[in-house]
Amino acid sequence: MLTVRAIDAGYGPATVVRGVSLDVPDGSIVALLGRNGAGKSTTLKTIMGLVRPRGGEIALDGVRIDGATPHAINRRGVAYVPEERRVFSHLSVEDHFTIARRAETPWTLERIFALFPKLEPLRARRARYLSGGEQQMLAIARALLTAPRLLLLDEPSQGLAPVIVDAVVESVRRMRSEGLSILLVEQDLAIALHLATHVYILESGELVYSGSSAELRQNAAVQAKYLGVG
Amino acid sequence: MELVAIEILNGIVLGVIYALVAAGLTLIFGMLDIPNFAHGSFYALGAYVAYTAMTHANFPLALVAAPLAVGTLGLIVDALFIRRLARAGHTYQILFTLGIVLIVQEAIVLIWGADPTSVDVPAALSGGIALGPISFPYYRLFLVAVAAVLIAAVWLGLERTKLGAIIRAGIEDSEMVEAIGYDIQRLFTLVFALGVALAAIAGALILPIRGGQPAMGNELNAISFVVVVIGGLGSYAGAVVGGILVGLVQSLMTLILPSASEVAIFAAMVLVLLLRPQGLFGTR
Repeated sequence: MLTVRAIDAGYGPATVVRGVSLDVPDGSIVALLGRNGAGKSTTLKTIMGLVRPRGGEIALDGVRIDGATPHAINRRGVAYVPEERRVFSHLSVEDHFTIARRAETPWTLERIFALFPKLEPLRARRARYLSGGEQQMLAIARALLTAPRLLLLDEPSQGLAPVIVDAVVESVRRMRSEGLSILLVEQDLAIALHLATHVYILESGELVYSGSSAELRQNAAVQAKYLGVG
Repeated sequence: MELVAIEILNGIVLGVIYALVAAGLTLIFGMLDIPNFAHGSFYALGAYVAYTAMTHANFPLALVAAPLAVGTLGLIVDALFIRRLARAGHTYQILFTLGIVLIVQEAIVLIWGADPTSVDVPAALSGGIALGPISFPYYRLFLVAVAAVLIAAVWLGLERTKLGAIIRAGIEDSEMVEAIGYDIQRLFTLVFALGVALAAIAGALILPIRGGQPAMGNELNAISFVVVVIGGLGSYAGAVVGGILVGLVQSLMTLILPSASEVAIFAAMVLVLLLRPQGLFGTR
């Protein structure tokens, strides 16, 4: 599905991501972990085309997408759910569906509401009046409606109440079972290990660990070194 | 008392013209973040295109030709120049649009001459309606009606259509609109053209009242910015309400202190900014 090879990226004179390579196989969830400022979000933005890579290659099913515009990358089948959600605050939930929905999407409104029942009674509400959890669901729904094959999901659990986190985590599992490939950035190690089959860890913009979730679960040293607060 | 009534009516006429021009500018400045100092120049071009259409054909054609011709010019100017300057920042855009002001003014002199032009009010709209002791020209009522319909139509288009929702989304977060598959650069060019087309139709509507003169855009360049600031940057309702407010202030000041009617507009802006820095309807 997605192959990233030795990308460099950053903002202005600062290089935030250095030589990062990763793979997201078809139909799998891959997690990207690391401390704040490690370059996780920048990696997602670079794949989406929102940050232009300075070097390296990004390919989707073997077709290069690095250097393409975000709208072209989205039309190739990549959708993005940003960390800050970035729903359109003045637009209603329904408006989000209307503008995001692609004719070829398998995600009908019925299926979106089956995934996020909370959104159905809120169709007419403007996004600014939604709770954080509802905004997160809307941001994911907006991405799904563009008919992606690969979803870039940035910290979906951040700042949400535990019961909402459970609902979002369950929705991610269901998306995978629908055949979607997902690249997940997550601060919460337990959630990442629960969802992902493979894990990458970034530290100061560089890849420092790659392994299966099962391996990382056993490896307390790596967890403490790159993910622990201390 | 009649004088006040007349000036209120005239203020509304002037106000809807300002509202049309500022509605276009709030799209361009508020959404596209292009400080278009040449917005009044497109208004002037609209008046002159309407002048040609009225002298060679008729008034209805002028109302169609002015926004079409100027809107097309806007498409070209935006696609060829403004898009490329977007990455260079505001300074370059300001210099470029100030250049357009000079080019348009000289182009008008070259094509239509330096002398003021005037056209008669369309025959079907000559005469006036008696409102008690005063008579108010039919043409001005027609102007207000056309402007109101246009303002409402653009509002409905923004609020009730898919394209309008995409534009509103783009005002807030153009990157996320890109990320859901829309070519924001093409969309911005379309919005720029729509914005200058609104200015052009305002120019066409005012022509039978004020006539045309090559520098007529300069006044609107300043006033449309004042209106957008008063109404709140990027707020469509703000541009409309602000436009009518400024028109009324300017008209009523001609009764009190005619020489200060222009100054009063800027005083109103300062007052609004002091009390509500984000503008009447602004959110930022």
